[in-house]
Amino acid sequence: MGAELVRRLADRGYRVAALARRQAALDDVAAGRPNVLTYVHDVTDGPAVADQFEACASALGGCDLMIYAAGVMCDIGPEEYNTEKDFQQLAVNLAGCVAWGNEAARYMASKRHGMIVGISSIAGDRGRKPFPTYHAAKAGVSTYLESLRNRLAASSVHVLTVKPGTVHTPMTAGLTDLKWPITAEVAVDGILNAIDKQKNTVYIPLRWLFVSLVIRSLPSFVFRRLNF
Amino acid sequence: MQPFGFEAKPGVPASYRSIEAWGMTHRADAHTLRPRTIAEVQASVQAAHAAGMTLGPRGTGCSYGDASVNTGGWSLDITGLNRVLDFDVATGIANCEAGVTIEGLWKHSLPHGYWPKVVSGTMFPTLAGTVSANIHGKNNFAVGTIGDAVLDLDLVLADGQVRTCSRTENSELFHAVIGAFGMLGLISRVRLGTKQVHSGDLEVTAQATLNLAEMMAYFEEHKATADYLVGWIDCFGTGKLLGRGLIHNARYLEPGEDERPLEQTLALAHQELPSTIMGLFPKSEMWEILKYFANDGGMRLINGAKYVSGLFEGNRRPTRQAHAAFAFLLDYVPNWKRAYGAGGLIQYQPFVPNETAHDVYTECMRWNQRKGFVPYLGVFKRHRPDPFLMTYATDGWSMAMDFKVTPGNRAELWQHCRELTEIVLAGGGRFYFAKDLVIEPRDAERMFPAANLQRFLELKAELDPEGLFVTDLWRRVFAPLARERGLLQ
Repeated sequence: MGAELVRRLADRGYRVAALARRQAALDDVAAGRPNVLTYVHDVTDGPAVADQFEACASALGGCDLMIYAAGVMCDIGPEEYNTEKDFQQLAVNLAGCVAWGNEAARYMASKRHGMIVGISSIAGDRGRKPFPTYHAAKAGVSTYLESLRNRLAASSVHVLTVKPGTVHTPMTAGLTDLKWPITAEVAVDGILNAIDKQKNTVYIPLRWLFVSLVIRSLPSFVFRRLNF
Repeated sequence: MQPFGFEAKPGVPASYRSIEAWGMTHRADAHTLRPRTIAEVQASVQAAHAAGMTLGPRGTGCSYGDASVNTGGWSLDITGLNRVLDFDVATGIANCEAGVTIEGLWKHSLPHGYWPKVVSGTMFPTLAGTVSANIHGKNNFAVGTIGDAVLDLDLVLADGQVRTCSRTENSELFHAVIGAFGMLGLISRVRLGTKQVHSGDLEVTAQATLNLAEMMAYFEEHKATADYLVGWIDCFGTGKLLGRGLIHNARYLEPGEDERPLEQTLALAHQELPSTIMGLFPKSEMWEILKYFANDGGMRLINGAKYVSGLFEGNRRPTRQAHAAFAFLLDYVPNWKRAYGAGGLIQYQPFVPNETAHDVYTECMRWNQRKGFVPYLGVFKRHRPDPFLMTYATDGWSMAMDFKVTPGNRAELWQHCRELTEIVLAGGGRFYFAKDLVIEPRDAERMFPAANLQRFLELKAELDPEGLFVTDLWRRVFAPLARERGLLQ
């Protein structure tokens, strides 16, 4: 999704700084787009984020929009409790979002201008059986972004929480029984639309909002018996 | 080991921020260092040297103009040095790290019965900033500037050395650095006197005046007895009412004059500005309403209403008002500057000698009205000379005028200020860089005594030969002069 966002924003004419772990992936996105700057970066390297943010923002000549799209979902067996995998998921999905969100928040608040977008997930709305830490990390992302939104409102900085359902991405490539999957292109349509409209929280596609309303209202004694 | 392998980087805390003039008219993104100790201030200086970057000193960024913005360079934020190191309750002498704000100082000193000798109209500036700008208060005519209250200070020079300056030690530097806007070094510690008070309240008398001449006459009549004098001017007044306004005259209470126990009125709770209007409406939201009045029509209305209510206030007997409530008028409506809109505002504050003041200000006000640039706020004060190298003060007066800036009027407004500047300089006037964004090098050449300006530029070349400490104010006003004189490459 991040790659598609970079392409689409760049094609709209924005100057974009793209960050990823692998240069090859970055080259792929930036090919033929001179307004895309690329940086090899690992979001789990917390102490490096401040300098990396500064390098991007100064190279771009300012930062009006920061999108955090990094995410991993580890394959976890039904009876598996693996702290190493779980910490990895927390580091990428949540800690990285906090590190980048903090830098962007401080900068944009000082400028009283800008927008922060975080890609959370419908998975953060309830703690289901399959991916305890993924659910927890995404719930953390949603709550963190909501706090930022409330904090930054007085500084005219906007925060958008994106909650996609299932999207065909490298992250979901190994999963077989995806419910209502959409392509990354369609998801990015929705995200860009929500950015343009300065929405607070957006479910992509909208039907997940209704799913969320239902599952959020289920009491635990029912919820724990469901197999999904 | 921190979670996720996170270990804070060693060295001075730094972040990337937008550094903005208080008036929102000028800004630049900058790598911002926020040292917490003198050693970290020195480390910041070394780091900037090593990186080949300039360093723009900054406190809380309360200067209206470009005095704390350093485009293309780094910013050094002194607010991490915010400890009151020592406060002598017998003498009221405070020894503070320079990032202590006026707020930090009075909240520390007042419970002991002391109020800062000189405060600005807002409590948020740091001591480093106020001393660098050599600020004045509503009592300038009586006690001088904040520089007059400073006993000694520490200065971190461009080579990283710390130099202590006072009237007896490094005296020339002491008098130069006060009012030098951080260009000679970073002020890292300030020791200054405060004034003993015998109540947490002042006695305040209001007096409405029909025009500028009447206001000036009132000031002259009362300046021997008043402790504070400040005039508000409705700049929309015309004809015989040109310069109509309202004076607030305040004096400290004598020992025993306040019948309430001292602890009660000195308590911080007694000083706090109310956070709501009439107990209901949160003041933090007030600017959202004010912005609908931030136009000529709305401001004519507000100024007119304030003048008329002042006529009634002026008939009342003296009232008691807490020090903080009287001193920090600008803090009454938080974020009020944002009512001016995205273009922001500039303040234009000429200082004019007594002999020519009436004529100069009258001409300025007429010129404002004729050109359609009427200030939304006018504040009038009485001043006295001070002994500092870069002094802006005179035995005279100042009138601060707030002009709204919009993307459309900026060029015209600057031209208008240019014309006002000609009037002011012809009358022997001066300007104050904490409030300025329009003065040009040739104006500075005319306003400062030639020897003072020359010495300042020489000291800069001597103490900071590589030009480490730079702000946009320096670039705009002083760098061209230094270059002309061969004191800067």
